[in-house]
Amino acid sequence: MKILLNNREEKFDNEYLRVSELLDLKKLTFRMRIIKINGILIPKDSYSETIIRNGDNVQVLYLMSGG
Amino acid sequence: MKFPDIKKHLRNFRVGIAGAGGLGSNCAVALARTGVGTILICDNDIIESGNLNRQYYFSIQIGLPKVEAIRDNIAIIDKEVNIITNNIELTPYNIPEIFAGCDVIVEALDLKEMKEMFIETVQKEMPRIPLITGSGLAGWGDTGSLRCRKIDETLYVCGDESTEVSDELPPLAPRVGIVANLQADKVIEVLMKKRQ
Repeated sequence: MKILLNNREEKFDNEYLRVSELLDLKKLTFRMRIIKINGILIPKDSYSETIIRNGDNVQVLYLMSGG
Repeated sequence: MKFPDIKKHLRNFRVGIAGAGGLGSNCAVALARTGVGTILICDNDIIESGNLNRQYYFSIQIGLPKVEAIRDNIAIIDKEVNIITNNIELTPYNIPEIFAGCDVIVEALDLKEMKEMFIETVQKEMPRIPLITGSGLAGWGDTGSLRCRKIDETLYVCGDESTEVSDELPPLAPRVGIVANLQADKVIEVLMKKRQ
């Protein structure tokens, strides 16, 4: 499948991916972040059941302390 | 557009700011100078000497609640700006009520856990209000990496999304000021497109 990840096209062999699987594949599990899929915010307790499909627009906002 | 017309337009709007530290205090001042009519600012900290390297406060204000001091400082700049202060700790339960009626909201909190809680709450409970967050401003140099990135119509992130503050990489006035002003500029851009 092909998705948009932070405005960049990414290809995966999988037919679909759970959000948690995407985070594993992209080695992003250790970073605190906000995830939106097609404009919908995905709460962190739903990462293991939320499915990313071909054509989805996935935005990851990385959170850093300091303000 | 001439500045008096910009100011006249911006006077009609209310901007909410969560946090009155390095991002919030500098962002509030930039918005006040540009003409935003009402600024609601929420923080429950007091000013400490360590804040003065980047926050819009003065040494004689050490010990004062930040929201009181920012109200005083903005009043010295422009007494016409309506400042609403809230000296309270933000929770998922009080955020929708506190920020109700804001045309744009600025996330200017310190800890990433608080940022996450605030962004999740605002996007879930107030999904149509544009939210301008700040993430990644520590240290010095590489100011070209500081930018405002549009996630979608209701969410923007200002900063580099990669540097985190620590003892060895503290927040300093120049980069904090840049990110605070990137946030203020995005607020102005969003408001200038809105009808009164």
